[in-house]
Amino acid sequence: MTMLKTRALTLSYGQSPIINELDLKIPSQKITVFVGRNGCGKSTLLRAISRLLKPDGGAVLLDGKAISKWSTKEVAQQLAILPQAPLAPEGLTVKDLVRQGRYPHQSLLSQWTKEDERLVNKALADTGMSELAERTVDSLSGGQRQRAWIAMILAQNTNILLLDEPTTYLDMAHQVEILDLLYELNLRDRCTIVMVLHDLNLACRYAHHIVALADQTVVAEGAPEKVMTLSTVEAVFDMKCELLRDPIFGTPLFLPYGKGRHLSHSMSGS
Amino acid sequence: MNERVYRSKREKVSFLINLSELMVIAVLIFLLLVSFIISLSAGGKWLSLAELSSVAAGLANAEMNLVVFELRLPRIIVAMLAGASLSVAGSILQGIIRNPLASPDIIGISGGGSLAAIAYITLLSGKASIHFLPIAAFCGAGLISLLIYMLAWKKGISPVRLILIGIGISAITGALTMLMITLSPNASASQAYIWMTGSIYGSSWVNVLSLLPWSLVFIPLAFMYSRHLRLQELGDDVAAALGSSVQQQRAVLLVISVALAGSSVAVAGAVGFVGLIGPHLARKLTGASNGSLMVSSALTGSLIVLLADTLARTVFLPKDIPVGVFTAAVGAPFFIYLLFRNRNN
Repeated sequence: MTMLKTRALTLSYGQSPIINELDLKIPSQKITVFVGRNGCGKSTLLRAISRLLKPDGGAVLLDGKAISKWSTKEVAQQLAILPQAPLAPEGLTVKDLVRQGRYPHQSLLSQWTKEDERLVNKALADTGMSELAERTVDSLSGGQRQRAWIAMILAQNTNILLLDEPTTYLDMAHQVEILDLLYELNLRDRCTIVMVLHDLNLACRYAHHIVALADQTVVAEGAPEKVMTLSTVEAVFDMKCELLRDPIFGTPLFLPYGKGRHLSHSMSGS
Repeated sequence: MNERVYRSKREKVSFLINLSELMVIAVLIFLLLVSFIISLSAGGKWLSLAELSSVAAGLANAEMNLVVFELRLPRIIVAMLAGASLSVAGSILQGIIRNPLASPDIIGISGGGSLAAIAYITLLSGKASIHFLPIAAFCGAGLISLLIYMLAWKKGISPVRLILIGIGISAITGALTMLMITLSPNASASQAYIWMTGSIYGSSWVNVLSLLPWSLVFIPLAFMYSRHLRLQELGDDVAAALGSSVQQQRAVLLVISVALAGSSVAVAGAVGFVGLIGPHLARKLTGASNGSLMVSSALTGSLIVLLADTLARTVFLPKDIPVGVFTAAVGAPFFIYLLFRNRNN
């Protein structure tokens, strides 16, 4: 099983430091979710882990070896990342998009092996996109489009999947649909999934391991029900809230205080 | 499914072949062949098919041989090669920049060639042989492209910076070119205008031989690199995530594009519109970036310039109009027709 961790990783954006000397171990075969405020560096950290961003110091280790020491193609055979809100060129079909996932396994002469064909069809089936394979990506709904992109990284056939806010711009039903899909993939294939999510409650529901980022470092990590305490969440998000148990899943559920209409009587009241 | 798979034993070699794209390419080759024959027979003296075959068989008289082999054939080949080169150069740029408006004339490659050529014509007129003009134009295109690349560099080349810097440089070369033309004597000014419109009047076998090696090397290279280009169209992050060495491959693709556009501009002048419309036609016919797009771009480009030049040298006989005047006239209506036909998809 491929191991992924960071050692004294330091990241910055222009002049401003984002992450300072972070040692982080990503649990294998589990779903890990990064949470934190806007600009806390969760996406930056994910980009660095996927070698899309060069660290200012320290390293990301893939199986104990610095990721920068691997060839980019070798990395792509072990680790797939779906950047935030990717854009497909006009007129590209779902099938052709998913086929691009095979790029790291192909060469000038070997461009469509049986394995390529099998894995593309499997990725389409796994994401429920087989029926839509001939459609163009720009003609799909937001949720379908995201499933097409996920199919592309599945076709890459890696042990590790990284996703940067895979639910951005999706309505609640489609958010749950995408997260269910990833949950089932993890359950079936035992792949390591690392993603950035905005919705803290959905993060608590799906993550085996949650990583809360603030002040250029990790302030809490572990099982959400253990580490996501009221005080932690209030500190990380700088927001007063109420901690409940999710009535469906039993996972932590945070309700923020704020302004808004306040009904003094119970909703069933007259 | 209209796809066929080719796989060798043990899968050392495997390809996916799209039959409808192959069909489009076959039709384009056929059209090019027909245009080739028409162009060979058209001119001040029209030759019948029988006469053409007698020339081919080596049975014709010296005059007819001269017309076909020395006047028309080299010019036709230059037209085809220049068109193919510009069109492939354009489809590479459109892929890199992810913008359908990119072309060698817009990002300044042709502008660099023009500037050097016009400088050569106006500053050195009479002092240096006109035979070195293509070399000057090619160097100009190459140097300006290098300048654009260096100015656009900021931890790598981003498509947006490339096109903005390219447009800026293109404007500067255009202004300098105009300045030189206005300051130059009338005779060289009109020569400069013809060059800038793009003309293959009087093309000889020397021109063919100076263009051919570039096309033979760089068009196949473009074909081989098309799978990297296709990936870049998904954005730099996705391409890098999939294991592509984005900047390195982008640099190679730009070199291919500059070599093709530069060599073509050097021999045929700044023929406009082909680098823009050729790839568009091809994209409408064979779909987004892939190997077939390179082949179909080469064919549409050839076809446009060949037809345009055939018109240019026959419609206003005995006048010979610069081919650049007609490239838009030939390409645009067909392009508008394609857009019109696809408007409901």
